[in-house]
Amino acid sequence: MGTNSVNRRDVVKATAAGLLAVPALGSLTSCATGGGSDDKAEKGKKSAKNPLSVKEDAPLQAYIFNGGYDDKYARFVSDMYEKRYPKAKVDQKKTERIATQVQPRIIKGDPPDVVNNSGAEMMSISKLVKNKQVSDVTELLDAPSWDDPDVKVRDTLVPGVLEMGQFGSDACYQLNIAQTVYGIWYSDTMLREKLDAEYPKTWDDMLALCKKAKKKGMHGWTYPAGHPRYMFFSMYAMFGQAGGRKQLDAFDYLEPNAWKTDAVKQVFEAYEELLAKKYVLTGFDGKNAHIEAQTAWTKGKAVFIPDGSWVENEAKDTTPKNFEMRVGATPSFDKGDPMPYGTLYAPPGEPYIIPAKASNRQGGLEWMRMMYSKKAAVNLFREVSSMPVVKGAIDGMELPPGVKSAQQAVKAAGDNIVIAFFKEWYADLWRVDFDEVVGKFMNGESSVKEAMNAMQKAADRTAKDPDVTKIKKS
Amino acid sequence: MKTETRPATGGQTSGKQPPGRTRTSSGLAFALAVVLPPRFTPERVRTDRRYRTLDKYRFIVGFLALPLLFYTVFVISPFLQAIYYSFTDWAGGTTANFVGGDNYVKMWNDEKFWDSLESSLLLLVVVPLITLTLGIFFAYMITAGGRHRRGRAVSGVAGSSLYKIVYFFPQVLSIALIAVVWQQVYSSRSGLLNGLLGSVGLESLEQRWLGGDYKLALFSTMAVIAWSFVGFYVVLFSAAMGAIPKDIYEAALLDGAGRVATFFRVTLPLIWDTVRTGWIYMGIQALDAFAVVLIMVPPHALKVTPVYLYERFREGQFGYATAIGVVLLVLSMIFTLIVMRIGRRDQIEY
Repeated sequence: MGTNSVNRRDVVKATAAGLLAVPALGSLTSCATGGGSDDKAEKGKKSAKNPLSVKEDAPLQAYIFNGGYDDKYARFVSDMYEKRYPKAKVDQKKTERIATQVQPRIIKGDPPDVVNNSGAEMMSISKLVKNKQVSDVTELLDAPSWDDPDVKVRDTLVPGVLEMGQFGSDACYQLNIAQTVYGIWYSDTMLREKLDAEYPKTWDDMLALCKKAKKKGMHGWTYPAGHPRYMFFSMYAMFGQAGGRKQLDAFDYLEPNAWKTDAVKQVFEAYEELLAKKYVLTGFDGKNAHIEAQTAWTKGKAVFIPDGSWVENEAKDTTPKNFEMRVGATPSFDKGDPMPYGTLYAPPGEPYIIPAKASNRQGGLEWMRMMYSKKAAVNLFREVSSMPVVKGAIDGMELPPGVKSAQQAVKAAGDNIVIAFFKEWYADLWRVDFDEVVGKFMNGESSVKEAMNAMQKAADRTAKDPDVTKIKKS
Repeated sequence: MKTETRPATGGQTSGKQPPGRTRTSSGLAFALAVVLPPRFTPERVRTDRRYRTLDKYRFIVGFLALPLLFYTVFVISPFLQAIYYSFTDWAGGTTANFVGGDNYVKMWNDEKFWDSLESSLLLLVVVPLITLTLGIFFAYMITAGGRHRRGRAVSGVAGSSLYKIVYFFPQVLSIALIAVVWQQVYSSRSGLLNGLLGSVGLESLEQRWLGGDYKLALFSTMAVIAWSFVGFYVVLFSAAMGAIPKDIYEAALLDGAGRVATFFRVTLPLIWDTVRTGWIYMGIQALDAFAVVLIMVPPHALKVTPVYLYERFREGQFGYATAIGVVLLVLSMIFTLIVMRIGRRDQIEY
């Protein structure tokens, strides 16, 4: 080391001293909670053509979830925006990891202007609402709609959109764009030609039909065991049928013993019978399970699959031409059920938010106004064959069989549309806990009673957890 | 600092210091000397014996200031912030209220946390054992496991240089890719593993590897982590074994030691330091296991603590999540200390 004779121990000592001293000197000023400045969002001039006072040259940034829907349908809206405001550039990004990409920016106070908060990695919307990080979009709902200035945006939307965005308040923080119809999906061709049967309207008929299918070498049911929470898509409306809206409210408001009622027991027992009689084609494990199970189903190895209306688009590569995809409402138990056959779990889905600190907040709202135009709704339907939440947007169009039956199911349900709010409010209770409990149950590792107790325990834990924002009955 | 530095070259001595200078003036001159290059430093300061110490530390600081600044801003400060946030109810907003030890009390009573910790600790104990044992075994085979050849005391098995490269392959792949590939291999219905078992008539051994059974999921995870890291340790240990002088092996050979005796009496003691380092490193890797478990394993089958932590983050429970992070930090430190302790042996110089 020459004349300076630096020895290693000295360096280490000096380094350690320095490391302890420097942070103490106040380098902690840049804390993560620092947040951004409270700059007011840019606004332009309000006019009949520009009811949301969009600043015409302000750039807009949109983050779209890159899932089954891709982001082409959103690009259509961005193009509309650029056409209306030629000076504005829309920067549209797509990602599978919304939380990873957007959450840090929201915390920093520099969020994008529109976010499609969807997918397995969506941000906790209740937390965003609690932290006042999302905008109230009432302004947009009361603005004139794109297609008819005399009709407010809120009046162009199907029921449920508002409720899904309210989180126990009067304001609205989340905008859903497509109505998802959950239920039991099947091929009409297969049912008629191979099994010579009608869709079963009672659970007894369902069991009988599965028996018939078994004789012909087919499984009655399949489900993605890698994502056991798919069972919810056929169980939820059945909870309603067996226990009425009272039961569903009890889930939503985390009421004591909500998961220990006779209605819940009845539903679990129904599926236990299905499993015990070996009507269910299992073994689709892992993270790609839904694709594997859907493929087995389109190939005719199983008659029914619990799924959502995205399945028609997701499974289109493997669906035979004459498959005639249909969604059936869940079978009822008996005539005395509190809610009748036809009760449908059909919530508005695919949520969007406008972050509170978005620099072009008005632009974000305007972008959503365009999303709710008939033109964009029709395009959304064309791109992803999902039913847009814009009333009557796809009426009279030629619909693919799955969407057509979904639309019929919604009409048939009438007032008996049910929505699982707890799934949105307490995402973990569904995504993690229900997944675990039903995973064990469907694998035959736990009994009906154990499954009910485990769900109740999870709901109680959620109710007690101070870190979970609770939503009270309004 | 009491460091007395003897003049190394003897060119400058400290004896010339003029007596009678007051403390203040020399203090001022010293303060100035910190920023002055030696040639502009007053003679009386330069010849002061304390100037050597000053010059030395200035030298150190010159090299370390920038890296230390980066280290402080990007490593130390986040650590301290995380510790601070673990005592708050921060939910991702602009406010973080101090809640004392509430997060830690919650963690103590949180069954799900303990379940995840059980999995993580199992990985921490078992995975390094498997990986290091395999790594050492393969490395020994590569460096000293072969037949004796003329003129050499030890040599690897035939084709050892090829094996060394092949073992290292998984290390080149990104961990995310490894997890995705193995997820396909384990697939119950279309996976390579069950397919292979079926094709050789071992249908009875086919399993739903990641189908929700905890033990199978744990086994599958361990196998993947061990598989992906073993190559690294093969290379690490072969290098350590390669550094052992051949004459020690020759002596052992002359004394009639077989391969097994040579390994336990010569090789292992001489690479022990490397093994210990590898053990700590592998332990921390196993305690993490985040990417493999998150990507490959369905969450209802198995959850390790880092994945549980990640889920807390996703739910916006940042305060609680950082508290879990702090506990993981403490656990890795305890693990490191334990391994350092039980692994301490006299160093052998060669």
